[in-house]
Amino acid sequence: MTTLDEGVAATPEDLEHADNDQHPVGHGRMLRKEDPRFIRGMGKYVDDLQLKGMLHLAILRSPVAHATIVSIDTTAAQAHPKVKAVITGADLAAQGLAWMPTLSNDVQAVLATDKVRFQGQEVAFVVAEDRYSARDALELIDVEYDILPPVVDVRTALAPDAPVIRTDLEGKTDNHCFDWETGDKAATDAVFARADVVVTEDIVYPRVHPAPMETCGCVADYERVSGQLTLWTTSQAPHAHRTVYALVSGLPEHKIRVIAPDIGGGFGNKVPIYPGYVCAIVASLVIGKPVKWMEDRSENLVSTGFARDYVMRGEIAATKEGKILAIRTHVIADHGAFNGTAAPVKYPAGFFGVFTGSYDLEAAYCSMTAVYTNKAPGGVAYACSFRITEAVYLVERIVDCLAYDLDMDPVELRRKNLIQPEQFPYTSKTGWVYDSGEYERALDLALEMAGYDELRAEQAEKRERGELMGIGVAFFTEAVGAGPRKDMDILGLGMADGSELRIHPTGKAVLRVSCMSQGQGHETTFAQIVAEEIGIPPADIQVINGDTDQTPFGLGTYGSRSTPVSGAAAALVSRKVRDKAQIIASGMLEVSVADLEWQKGSFAVKGDPSRSVTIQDIAMRAHGAGDLPDGVEGGLEAQICYNPENLTYPFGAYICVVDIDPGTAAVKVRRFIAVDDCGTRINPMIIEGQVHGGLTDGVGMALMEMIAFDDEGNCLGGSLMDYLIPTALEVPHWETGHTVTPSPHHPIGAKGVGESATVGSQRAIVNAVVDALKPFGIRHADMPLTPSRVWDAMQGRPTPPI
Amino acid sequence: MQVPAPFEYERATSVDNAIDLLERLGDEARLIAGGHSLLPMMKLRLANLEYVIDINDLHNELGYVRVGTDEVRIGAMTRHRELLESPELAALFPIFADAEQVIADPIVRNRGTIGGSLCQADPSEDLTAVCTTLDASCVIRGRGGERVVTMAEFHRGPYETAVEHGEILTEIRIPVRPHGSSAYAKVERRAGDWAVTSAGAAVWMDGDVITGARVGLAAVGPNTTGIPAISEALQAQAPSEELYARAGAIAAESCSPVTDNRGTADYKRHLADELTRRTLRLSVERIQAGVAGDQGRNG
Ligand SMILES: Cc1cc2nc3c(=O)[nH]c(=O)nc-3n(C[C@H](O)[C@H](O)[C@H](O)COP(=O)(O)OP(=O)(O)OC[C@H]3O[C@@H](n4cnc5c(N)ncnc54)[C@H](O)[C@@H]3O)c2cc1C
Repeated sequence: MTTLDEGVAATPEDLEHADNDQHPVGHGRMLRKEDPRFIRGMGKYVDDLQLKGMLHLAILRSPVAHATIVSIDTTAAQAHPKVKAVITGADLAAQGLAWMPTLSNDVQAVLATDKVRFQGQEVAFVVAEDRYSARDALELIDVEYDILPPVVDVRTALAPDAPVIRTDLEGKTDNHCFDWETGDKAATDAVFARADVVVTEDIVYPRVHPAPMETCGCVADYERVSGQLTLWTTSQAPHAHRTVYALVSGLPEHKIRVIAPDIGGGFGNKVPIYPGYVCAIVASLVIGKPVKWMEDRSENLVSTGFARDYVMRGEIAATKEGKILAIRTHVIADHGAFNGTAAPVKYPAGFFGVFTGSYDLEAAYCSMTAVYTNKAPGGVAYACSFRITEAVYLVERIVDCLAYDLDMDPVELRRKNLIQPEQFPYTSKTGWVYDSGEYERALDLALEMAGYDELRAEQAEKRERGELMGIGVAFFTEAVGAGPRKDMDILGLGMADGSELRIHPTGKAVLRVSCMSQGQGHETTFAQIVAEEIGIPPADIQVINGDTDQTPFGLGTYGSRSTPVSGAAAALVSRKVRDKAQIIASGMLEVSVADLEWQKGSFAVKGDPSRSVTIQDIAMRAHGAGDLPDGVEGGLEAQICYNPENLTYPFGAYICVVDIDPGTAAVKVRRFIAVDDCGTRINPMIIEGQVHGGLTDGVGMALMEMIAFDDEGNCLGGSLMDYLIPTALEVPHWETGHTVTPSPHHPIGAKGVGESATVGSQRAIVNAVVDALKPFGIRHADMPLTPSRVWDAMQGRPTPPI
Repeated sequence: MQVPAPFEYERATSVDNAIDLLERLGDEARLIAGGHSLLPMMKLRLANLEYVIDINDLHNELGYVRVGTDEVRIGAMTRHRELLESPELAALFPIFADAEQVIADPIVRNRGTIGGSLCQADPSEDLTAVCTTLDASCVIRGRGGERVVTMAEFHRGPYETAVEHGEILTEIRIPVRPHGSSAYAKVERRAGDWAVTSAGAAVWMDGDVITGARVGLAAVGPNTTGIPAISEALQAQAPSEELYARAGAIAAESCSPVTDNRGTADYKRHLADELTRRTLRLSVERIQAGVAGDQGRNG
């Protein structure tokens, strides 16, 4: 395994003094090309779009969680002078459009016909001349509901007397969604039977929401004469969406153009196809005018793709010396009213199978029961790399519980069990092939940056004085970059990504990619990938994404897959162009191809560097007059489709220091040290930005975020005053560091990093809080660790949040 | 985007004009000050009004902090930010700056007013607790003239005050007594969040002995009486940890919190105790250090 070690520093990265305004021709720090427009408010989002004659759509949503629809009276709404149409589920049913497929082969109501199944479910829509009238008219629709008892508690959803939610599914007599298992049950049970120590803990990862700044919406524009539908939409996966629309609506795929303009944050929230998009399309088809639908904040929080919602029983078996032998878990998964999980089809629990973490085990087994409840559908969303957040949370929490029981330092315990560098590629007990890793090196760096021993000494002193200080350690391994098409598809669409590179005659370039930036800085990173390969400065490379008519097919941006998949495609398509450029150069320099040497940006004759042509010269030649070498076509461009051979496995070591006010139980995150290894680092500034954002996400989930429901199934997180997301005041100065362990199979050795910090951070914070509460005999406490919930733990009664 | 239902808009030019408009437009008219409570309710369509009467032009008339010989008068249109930055209040009543630092965020504080805060009468609202702690009274004006009510009379319950239709709150009056200081503490789940529980305390001393003490709580049920039992327990006592503990216990007993997303009733009760002790302790420390209290008036 190759190990590149550029810039590994045992001191924290000094980001305040880092010079980000550099102009590398390739990898390195540079300011983001997209930022001038974003920071000047010149981004163009869906809601900025104004088309001539455009109408506005608003959705009437169910006020209750579970009820039969007795009647809907739309007369008053129809009579509103500015209303163009009022559509109910019955109207859609008449067209066969009342139901649509979800991304996981379930169905979901576009508009409810028979029953409403969660609070906030779509019941009817209004199309009006302006958005105000559309909203006003909603209040004129009269719906009579016959209230049914709701299923709110996931643990009792399968009770024999539980009301059946999915009466739409033929023969359905319970709320069972699916069962899933991974690993070897018998082998795991055998290891547990002979282990010295077994620790069991119930661990809840509550339902949370991605809460992007921009809510979801679209403008649908159907032109009757040409039969062309253009959909501007908040989509992280424009191509996948187009194909699904074609399959569902019967409109031919070539007549559908899906455009995702600038996106104000996605985090997985913009992967699913929501009923609102379908409603807008239907409205435009029916009325023949462009129709805009833009949900408001409450609609976004109450009805769109949530994340997590796993109730996990974690069990770990070890020797008394602290060698971990096996992990076993049973999970109850709350999938809401419809299974809207966005994950590769063969992975109904996403990549939860990596719950074995970063440790070398003898056996592992997971069984899962997924159920329907009267809550919003969705799942997976929120920067979790397909449920790896849940998996890593489980393993890192249960390992800390083991440390507690063995009275062993959590670092020492982890060190004893980490997979060793020479074991890579490492096949985990659940069948995942970890590509590369040097775990202890990252852990050591984090410990050194933190001053771990001094922190422990400080903690000991503080404990003497009754002060509550906690140190949390977490190690994570992710599996990102879905994925090899032999294993992974979404609704039958393989997860390979196309890429197209064209060099213009003057040596400027355009790269077209299928993935879709939501703030990750793809316009910069991808230009840098191409620049590194072909020697054209990033400023001269335009990156186009988000338009199905302008880009090759691919499955979009989520699960940290852009750099692992589309990034690899961009590198390889550049190499393909460079190969052609080399042939043209050989003609220009009148030497054989083998006699040429590539120096970033030009080909020179071996042994005679004065004879060279630049890539720009070659581009002009490729398009210009004069002969090209035999068999070479004009132009300088190429296209490829990259099918990843494996996922990439970024990892990291995180350490968190918290102080808890003993009087109020309020938690203050004092320090956070994050060492990330995402292989080759393309633009360190962008990586740091992704890491900072993810760490902040972690503070949110650990300390305050949760979508709660009351007994009636009312969602209690319907505004940002109720669903709290962290601010700058809750987060410390981030201390980041890195190591570089390239991926052996990725063309440039890069691994995904967009979600690493979201996946790695909460457990470090929770571990720190629980560590602080050690004097109270606390081994585990569930998120969100609000002051009240921490106080409960201090009283000796930590309570699950659901 | 959340949009309110249609409504008409009027802009008052004076207090009398605002009263005229209220009378003329009837029950479906509401005053709007900073709008940070009213507008969210309108956008969520929890408040549906026909008329909004904007009183922001009355900031000249009603935006002030005036220090008199034995009382401070604060105009109802004084904004959170002005309270936070007022040197007069900092000198006399440090409780204001303590509280204002943890009320909402700068955007809200730039517009939200003390009048709007008291009139909104949200059970978690902080300035009601501050005014209760300081034994403030409120000046309400209507066509028939002005009346002055105590905080206990003003605050009738959640979202309910003594301000009748056709009336406007114009001023808050706070008595100034020598040798006193005050403090405020709040526990929130996140900066800008409403209180899980907050407590304010004001203490007056003569030498080493407490001559007066008041505590006001927010977010733990109706409580605008300044908890007389605490005042009695502290009267003529020398400050001590035991004394604060006794006051804290009374605070915990005399509140009636409910369990919600912000915390359990038990926890809130615990906070009423803990924060009462903290704010009493800090008030006394402030008096002893001579950092704040009555210097503004005498010195
Ligand atoms: C994000 C956010 C966080 C917040 N956090 C806190 C917090 O932590 N603590 C806290 O205490 N508050 C908090 N608030 C509330 C904030 O302080 C409000 O601005 C304040 O409560 C209302 O003041 P206003 O001037 O905006 O009132 P408005 O919204 O304009 O009016 C509120 C009500 O008072 C009436 N009214 C206003 N002025 C008068 C008057 N002079 N006479 C008679 N009636 C009048 C109005 O008709 C209306 O019914 C928060 C608000 C927001 C938006």
